[in-house]
Amino acid sequence: MQQLIFAVLTLLSFGLFAYNLRKIAQNIHMGLPLDRSDRNAERWRTMLLVALGQKKMFTRPIPALLHLAVYASFVITQIELIEILVDGMSGSHRFFQNGLGGFYTFMISFIEVLSVLAFIGTVAFLARRNMLKLPRLNMKELAGWPTQDANLILVFELILISFIFTMNGADEVLQTYAGNSNGFAISSWLGPILFEGKSTHTLHVLEQIGWWGHIIMVYTFMNYLPYSKHLHIFMAFPNTYYSKLEPKGQFTNMQSVTNEVKLMLDPNADPYAAPATDAAPSRFGAKDVTDLTWKNLMDAYSCTECGRCTSACPANTTGKLLSPRKIMMDTRDRMVELGDFKRKNGPDAEDGKSLLGSYITEEELWACTSCNACVQECPVNIDPLSIIMDLRRFLVMEESKVPTELTGMLTNIENNGAPWQFAPTERMNWANEE
Amino acid sequence: MSIQVRTMADMMASGESPDILFWVGCAGSFDDRAKKITKALVKILNHCKVNFAVLGTEESCTGDPAKRAGNEFTFQMQALMNIELLNGYEVKKIVTACPHCFNTLKNEYPSLGGTYEVIHHTQLIQDLINTGKLTLADNGTFKGKKITFHDPCYLGRANDVYEAPRELIEKLDAALVEMKRCKTNGLCCGAGGAQMFKEAEKGNKEINIERTEDAIETSANIIATGCPFCNTMMTDGVKHFEKEEDVKVMDIAELIANAADL
Repeated sequence: MQQLIFAVLTLLSFGLFAYNLRKIAQNIHMGLPLDRSDRNAERWRTMLLVALGQKKMFTRPIPALLHLAVYASFVITQIELIEILVDGMSGSHRFFQNGLGGFYTFMISFIEVLSVLAFIGTVAFLARRNMLKLPRLNMKELAGWPTQDANLILVFELILISFIFTMNGADEVLQTYAGNSNGFAISSWLGPILFEGKSTHTLHVLEQIGWWGHIIMVYTFMNYLPYSKHLHIFMAFPNTYYSKLEPKGQFTNMQSVTNEVKLMLDPNADPYAAPATDAAPSRFGAKDVTDLTWKNLMDAYSCTECGRCTSACPANTTGKLLSPRKIMMDTRDRMVELGDFKRKNGPDAEDGKSLLGSYITEEELWACTSCNACVQECPVNIDPLSIIMDLRRFLVMEESKVPTELTGMLTNIENNGAPWQFAPTERMNWANEE
Repeated sequence: MSIQVRTMADMMASGESPDILFWVGCAGSFDDRAKKITKALVKILNHCKVNFAVLGTEESCTGDPAKRAGNEFTFQMQALMNIELLNGYEVKKIVTACPHCFNTLKNEYPSLGGTYEVIHHTQLIQDLINTGKLTLADNGTFKGKKITFHDPCYLGRANDVYEAPRELIEKLDAALVEMKRCKTNGLCCGAGGAQMFKEAEKGNKEINIERTEDAIETSANIIATGCPFCNTMMTDGVKHFEKEEDVKVMDIAELIANAADL
């Protein structure tokens, strides 16, 4: 009976997870194509260093160490999940213990030590958010759901670890009653402290609560991820793999514009020629998530809202409306909204909303200095600047919504080849002046 | 007193070709403060007998501010016209004292048909010193002075050039002091992304004030920059704090020209 419940639970969890992953993939595919299939060796290296090695986290050592504890514990604990699956399906108890012997004791001990470190890390993270009120974790874009989401994840983590020690602790006391010990690093002393003197029956129940509680939390966690900022634990890997590898200052040259400008500059061009039939882009720049590339959308799913970008942003730190983190959160919210709408109403349906306007305002976009501090800071190589620039392009090229002073600058460039009103003939005057 | 500098057209007419083109840029051509940087660099190039030329009246904006302002049309119009000119002169190598021109020429022109070796003037000066073509006089100009370097975003983060300007400062008889936010963490001066040409959006502080505070905190006598726009922003910041007497804002080229008695 227990095995059946376990099997159904497992199937349901993985099924729901797969269903949600498919939705995520569909949403990312709403983005425009972008070729990132080059420089594979460099991409692997970037992923190993930045995602697996958390290289960029270590510019701030204390949170980096706490994060490493939680992260390492998460990754290593998944090994134990193999045994849980085997035990759950077959009804066995600690299937690998006999076969692996000393190595088993070592592995579980290792997991236990990491779990304690993760527990400490998680408590510290909760304290940083809710008691120390770290500025970047308490900004206005985090009000409401994002704050709840962050705390919920941390609480899940604590419950999960508690179940592990309930399970191992009760099991340990049971073993001692039979004159044995599992010999695990933490539970061999923590178990007796917590459960010494309990009846064998109570201990069995506790052990079962721990075991079931653990696996239920794992499944809950797994299926919570697609709705949470915490999805970064998976997305960090593909997202860093597909990082922009060009210099940060290199912005894309829009091919659609090149074609038109070349026509304008070509004296032999036929002004009445019919446009090429494969002239695809109907829009210059981005108004909505469907005008962004799939990588911009993957970026949005990879953001865990840590706010390092925003805390380094010169506009934000001087009180302007722009927050690169909010740009990423808005992009994700809009993508999920539009994705759900299209799945319900068909791929060509319009809901009358857009990223620019419904979520992001012009004032935010015009505050950006394109300094790349946000891009530099992001621990998972998200590029908020590329979204900001594409939205600006739409404002300027499609809607002619340009701040007045910039109109003057642009006119000067077009008329006299400089952003200021100086004649080209005056360009060499400096050489003759004192 | 005029300064000796030849144009590409002039060189081509006499059948010569320069080793390197000096891309002066709009600020370097028209802005009174930046013109001094241009002249300092030309003095260094002439002193080292570098075979260089400028485009003179044929030069035009790279299109950088238009591109950052979101106007890709104006950018590409400028880019394609400049590329035609540069390719016509068979330019191979370009030096510029403006990180915005540097970034655009180096990174954004190649896919439009203009591929050149582009270096920042601090890199060129570093090379001139390393190859012995330029030696700094022991004139004590900077003796006991503290110099801090403000990283231009389009030189530093945008193109990972952090060391060339610092090595040059270290060659002076002065102490290099770093701001709390420097190199990859350097704070923008506030001029990038076409902000130079508009009022800042509503906020509680100007970015250049915030950055000047960083610089003043180091108690440096000189704020060194490698960008004409950063120079403007930092100069305004120093004025805001009425520190013009104690803190000078200077380009690396000017520091080197002074130290070499040029």
